[in-house]
Amino acid sequence: MTDIALSASAPAPAVPAPASLTAKTRRRQALAYLQAAPMALVFLVFFVVPLLLTLMVSFWEYNEYEIIPAFTLQNYVDVFDGCAAGDLCTTFRTYLSTLKFCALTWGFTLLIGFTVAYFVAFHVRSKTMQMALFLLCTIPFWTSNVIRMISWIPLLGRNGLVNDTLMGMGIIKSPIEGLLYSDFSVVLAFVHLNTVFMIVPIFNSMARIDRSLLEAAYDSGATGWQTLWNVVVPLTKPGIAIGSIFVVTLVMGDFVTVGVMGGQQIASVGKVIQVQMSALQLPAAAANAIVLLAAVMVMIAAMTRLIDLRKEL
Amino acid sequence: MSDRPRSAAFYGLAAFFCLFVAFLYGPTLTILALSFQGPQGGLTFPMNGVSTHWFGKLWAGLGIVDIWGALWRSLRLGLVVMLLTVGIAFFAGLAFRKRFRGEGALFTVAVASLIVPSIVVSLGIGLEFRLLDEAVKGAAAATGWGWLQEHGTVMGLYSSALGAHLTWTLPFGLLIMFAVFNRFDPAYEEAARDLGATGPQTVRNVVVPILAPSLVGVALFGFTLSFDELARTSQAIGGRNTLPLELQGLTTTVTTPEIYALGTLTTGMSLAVIATALGASLYLQRRRARRGLGAA
Repeated sequence: MTDIALSASAPAPAVPAPASLTAKTRRRQALAYLQAAPMALVFLVFFVVPLLLTLMVSFWEYNEYEIIPAFTLQNYVDVFDGCAAGDLCTTFRTYLSTLKFCALTWGFTLLIGFTVAYFVAFHVRSKTMQMALFLLCTIPFWTSNVIRMISWIPLLGRNGLVNDTLMGMGIIKSPIEGLLYSDFSVVLAFVHLNTVFMIVPIFNSMARIDRSLLEAAYDSGATGWQTLWNVVVPLTKPGIAIGSIFVVTLVMGDFVTVGVMGGQQIASVGKVIQVQMSALQLPAAAANAIVLLAAVMVMIAAMTRLIDLRKEL
Repeated sequence: MSDRPRSAAFYGLAAFFCLFVAFLYGPTLTILALSFQGPQGGLTFPMNGVSTHWFGKLWAGLGIVDIWGALWRSLRLGLVVMLLTVGIAFFAGLAFRKRFRGEGALFTVAVASLIVPSIVVSLGIGLEFRLLDEAVKGAAAATGWGWLQEHGTVMGLYSSALGAHLTWTLPFGLLIMFAVFNRFDPAYEEAARDLGATGPQTVRNVVVPILAPSLVGVALFGFTLSFDELARTSQAIGGRNTLPLELQGLTTTVTTPEIYALGTLTTGMSLAVIATALGASLYLQRRRARRGLGAA
């Protein structure tokens, strides 16, 4: 996907065309605009304008009945209410909890995703088999997330399969309570649902690695680990970056997984926004959304910097 | 490397891969089994006999929740999103090959739409449509025009929810079109043009048939992502919910295997769609290879 990004964001050539070609070029240009227009329109109406409106409404006043178009910073003050007082305010605690989920999910999905992609890309020899295994990993992505969350209930519940098996084997005497509706089950579901977002870009990066580089490393006497760390990992960094961006933004804004797997008891930033939205406190929800967006943007910027740093050195 | 014997690492990694696949599919298989629970059975093992009792109960309806209405709405919306995603992404892909001013901006917006948290997008669209409603009501009060007085809301399945879904499916569609056009050989188009085909003829008779297997892939993304979409729809839909939204509500209220039966049903539908799409894609590829159009 990085190649795509490069080719698409490169500036269009500004060389003046010969006179005989200008009419044709202009027609091509007009056609290009026409063909891109539907997509541009959809993103304008359903993405750009909504974000701008969110920014605008985050500065509006509101009461129990309506929102009032008058400028105020109160919504942002409310978001950080009590944060200056030293101990942790609600917002910071919520962000800390969400960041914890984020870090754990990121770590696990990266480890699992990298290992799986590495196996399929470098240890499976036939291209057909590679494609089949790759598909096997991606098919669940196209099925319902909620159902995939619910499907943990018979395994993790108080009388679930895991507890029954452990008790049957005599490892534990009474069922473990915190398997379901806990931080554990939330992270488990996040990893279950989001590892695919790591596998696909990392596999894509690995598939582009020239196999003769590995041969060269082997011939020069590098061990398997040395080859992995000094050849494969650096060349896979774009894929790792893209996967990380996906996982981080999906977890940061989540309210469904935390809601269902946390038994509606665990706070998350997305859930705060959802609750305020359903209480019709729209400006407050908008302010929270803008803060979340800013936090996510900072994280993405940090990640892209980490990746590009090596190229700059 | 391929001529060297399998190393110990291979077997370790293969075992890890198998564990991962078990982790991926295991839970779904458990609810598949438990949805055939006997009438006396509960939400967990052991199985209390085998029956289709819970499917029967599901068929009769889940109390006040109109589950079949929701399923039908999700299906229709998914189809509309699928068609729009294929059409819009295909033409945008064509446009990006020609290069045009603003292409960098459009690409950035598409990628941003993919990575901005869904709840933020959903909230924004919800806000937009609420403000629109307010504006219409204001206009109705100001003008007194009769046809404006009855206004309820512009928010709905084919307005705000459709838009919310497109912000999620179109970036995927565009990225796939990029990958596809990167590997597309323009010689086919030049040949068609040299033979006197017009632009639209070239697209219809050369480009589309060659790209058909990939377009099926875009359609698969469009439908399944819409059919399962939840976060972006949540704040951007009027009174009538889609299936994933109803499902989310049911997770806290339904305490019988009915919900597993519903899970088996929707997963089965998703799998049927995936199988159809993959089958169609494979068939189109084979047909093209047979007709000697070569690999593009």
